[in-house]
Amino acid sequence: MLEIGLAHYLTLAAILFTLGVFGIFLNRKNVIIILMSIELLLLSVNINFVAFSAHLHDLVGQVFALFILTVAAAEAAIGLAILVVYFRNRGSIHVDDIHLMKG
Amino acid sequence: MIIASLAFYMFAAVLVASAVMVISARNPVHSVLFLILAFFNSAGLFVLLGAEFLAMILVVVYVGAVAVLFLFVVMMLDISFAELRQGFMQYLPLGALVGLILLVELVLVLGGFVLAPEVAGNRAAPMPAPADLSNTEALGQLLYTHYAYFFQAAGMILLVAMIGAIVLTHRTRVGVRRQDIAQQTARRPADTIEVRKVQTGSGI
Repeated sequence: MLEIGLAHYLTLAAILFTLGVFGIFLNRKNVIIILMSIELLLLSVNINFVAFSAHLHDLVGQVFALFILTVAAAEAAIGLAILVVYFRNRGSIHVDDIHLMKG
Repeated sequence: MIIASLAFYMFAAVLVASAVMVISARNPVHSVLFLILAFFNSAGLFVLLGAEFLAMILVVVYVGAVAVLFLFVVMMLDISFAELRQGFMQYLPLGALVGLILLVELVLVLGGFVLAPEVAGNRAAPMPAPADLSNTEALGQLLYTHYAYFFQAAGMILLVAMIGAIVLTHRTRVGVRRQDIAQQTARRPADTIEVRKVQTGSGI
């Protein structure tokens, strides 16, 4: 129990991933919290990558985690920009209202 | 060894607790702050795993940029968040069901998970001993040689994201008086001043 191995990290990442998916379902109306839940999902995937990298003594896992961080940052920036533009046009960010492709 | 184990349990417990608070906090500002706490704790986990560079990147990029961006957007948009929380309890059973199924699946996968013995021979980039090369140096030597093209592609992704975000949110407002330096310096006295010969005592 006190010896921390790969299984501990994988379990933690699994719990975190589940919480992220749960968060998307729980806050179905609030896009901001959904974006934060996506960040949690990506974080759990990163923990998996780094745990495997440390366990197998292979650096490529950390390189991949770095690229995931990059893409996640780009995704958050674009997502929030779209959110701001949508709020400017519509005055709300209700997910239920977002069903029209035309502005 | 025992200190590392205790540190793992502490970081893991705070990480899970703050993740729960992210998805269940009443106020989105609190959600963002708990997200920052979660990022800090996973940076601690990365340090425990020996990935110092990623831990620092997580703190600098995520806490410093992404989480602050979230905070900025949450505070900028004038939204009634109480209204957005309607149906929270209604979605709880379905979300809990999906989460439970996912967790059971992940546990089943992890429970029967064994590393193949020959996988240790398949290392693409064996990790150097920390005494020879620090994590950051080793990662840099790998990233700038074998993964140079991917590194450039990552830079391109960030550039495109930056330009996209600026193009999306930029707007030219009408009725704003803005300084036009070219117009100011191109102004000549002849354009603006008119000299009249005024006869004494008669006015213009």
